[in-house]
Amino acid sequence: MTTTTTPMVEARDVHKVFGHGEGALHVLRGVDLVVPKGSVTVVLGPSGSGKSTLLRCLNELEQITAGSVHVDGELLGYRHDAKGLLHRLHPRKIAAQRSRIGMVFQRFHLFGHMTALENVAEAPVQVRGLSKAAARARAAELLERVGLSDRVDHYPAQLSGGQQQRVAIARALAMDPELMLFDEPTSALDPELVGEVLAVMQDLARSGMTMVVVTHEIGFAREVADHVVFMDDGVVVEQGPPAQVLDAPSEPRLREFLAHVL
Amino acid sequence: MALTTAPGAAVGGPPTDLPEPLNARPVPRPGRWLSAAVMLVLAAMVVHALVTNPNFRWDTVWLYLRDVNVVRGVGWTLVLTFGSMAIAVVLAVLLAIMRRSDNPVMRSVSWAYIWFFRGTPIYTQLVFWGLISVLYPRLSLGVPFGPEFFVFDTRDVITAFWAALVGLALNEAAYLAEIVRAGLGSVDPGQAQAARALGMTEPRILRRIVLPQAMRVIVPPTGNETISMLKTTSLVVAVPFTLEITYATSAIGTRTFQPIPLLIVAALWYLLITSVLMVGQYYVERYYGRGFDGGATGGRRGGPGGRLSRQAAIRGAGTTKDDPFAEVTP
Ligand SMILES: Nc1ncnc2c1ncn2[C@@H]1O[C@H](COP(=O)(O)OP(=O)(O)OP(=O)(O)O)[C@@H](O)[C@H]1O
Ligand SMILES: [Mg+2]
Repeated sequence: MTTTTTPMVEARDVHKVFGHGEGALHVLRGVDLVVPKGSVTVVLGPSGSGKSTLLRCLNELEQITAGSVHVDGELLGYRHDAKGLLHRLHPRKIAAQRSRIGMVFQRFHLFGHMTALENVAEAPVQVRGLSKAAARARAAELLERVGLSDRVDHYPAQLSGGQQQRVAIARALAMDPELMLFDEPTSALDPELVGEVLAVMQDLARSGMTMVVVTHEIGFAREVADHVVFMDDGVVVEQGPPAQVLDAPSEPRLREFLAHVL
Repeated sequence: MALTTAPGAAVGGPPTDLPEPLNARPVPRPGRWLSAAVMLVLAAMVVHALVTNPNFRWDTVWLYLRDVNVVRGVGWTLVLTFGSMAIAVVLAVLLAIMRRSDNPVMRSVSWAYIWFFRGTPIYTQLVFWGLISVLYPRLSLGVPFGPEFFVFDTRDVITAFWAALVGLALNEAAYLAEIVRAGLGSVDPGQAQAARALGMTEPRILRRIVLPQAMRVIVPPTGNETISMLKTTSLVVAVPFTLEITYATSAIGTRTFQPIPLLIVAALWYLLITSVLMVGQYYVERYYGRGFDGGATGGRRGGPGGRLSRQAAIRGAGTTKDDPFAEVTP
């Protein structure tokens, strides 16, 4: 892990409330999270604890209710004016911020009407203004990197789940993100396909990518993570290096959770 | 990347040593033969009754089928059909997007438009558009409720043709808007979310990701609407616009005291155009179905996929409902 002055992610006292009034749901209740550059953070927690919501707040897919999120020192979604007043950013600015943060979803969400190659080449052309030829060449490279050079012309429906998820990773990488978010990337896969996706992620971590990974794969956390965060009921209950959090948990809630998962 | 070959790799290989297909005798089905024979006899009776009845005047039909006024009528019918559908599609996409907007004014305007144009008869609307120059003799460009810069005589701007075209288009847009809305709603929200996460802006997401996938749902009913519009154009006599095929043929029929053969002339032309439209619809559907119904990709990309060649083989066998006339319901 490299130590630099500005962390890649700095979330401070993040709150997220869904809905208003009576039915309001307080999903994140003051989450603090610091992810140093080049590190891998694994987020654990029972279902409904707010892991996905936290991840979606880190790239503005979800607008936070209170608190602040900085990515590489830049405030997400807002700016302060000279008088210190807070302004919401223009949607185009927010889109530009998102384009530097890659996200991989549990259910892949590959564009169904495009081949694997077109999926990967789409955003660089549409967002970065890259030429079609350059984007396709780069896409072919990335697909090779995730072990799919023989599947470039296949449509998502013609790929296995593991292959689809690897295309999704290549698609996110095509934007040259400085941060990658993974929301349970292997939970929708058959057990024998989990390995191929984890291998790609491990490879990515080794190359120095900053990653925040929500997963129930304790083995991956133990091997790849620099930092493990355990969430329950919208707060971070315990965090630290994997050896400490996974092998010597101090919180009873975490101990109970690990007993179920392992 | 040190990855072993994925388990599914063999699927993509070329079909080298295909096994000999099973060679079994089919189940005898005498009922099929019997029902087919009954149907053929009935069909022969219908054809016979049509062809041999002198009241139909098939010689007159054949003569006027190629009449210059009739062919010109066909031309106007096509112009009205495609022109109004083109305008209607653009309007419908706008209406559907407005309907999904988070601006309540946009939503209400779209809702009210659809409510009005679907809720009143097309015939009434066409009469209204025909009378527009009586209702509003002058049109002007200028500041709303303020000064006018240009003033036109309505009759010069909105001729019978434009009144017919716009009347058909505005009505059709209301129906198509609902079709487009259903299409947009059929696309998994995860698609837009993934595009958003890549940094794409909302208009681009709509154009590049959501609309193309919605087309799969939008095209079949729109084909229906086009075929229906082909025949709705016969109502523009309400404007009155009198050059399209139905009016042209019935005018000849009245003049020559042979209304029946001329009705048949028009019907044959409608049938012919509908057939061409159905074939066109098949290809448009195939294009927008790419990536979803496996086989449709074969022709254009023909990748190394064994699945594709297998699909081609299935198609070659001709046992699937893969013909232009199978699933269209005019
Ligand atoms: N858009 C939304 N509107 C309302 N409630 C939501 C929304 N998204 C999430 N929630 C609620 O927020 C809570 C936390 O959801 P979240 O998806 O973050 O949990 P999670 O920890 O990712 O769970 P899982 O492991 O099942 O994915 C849940 O109770 C969920 O119902
Ligand atoms: Mg989740």
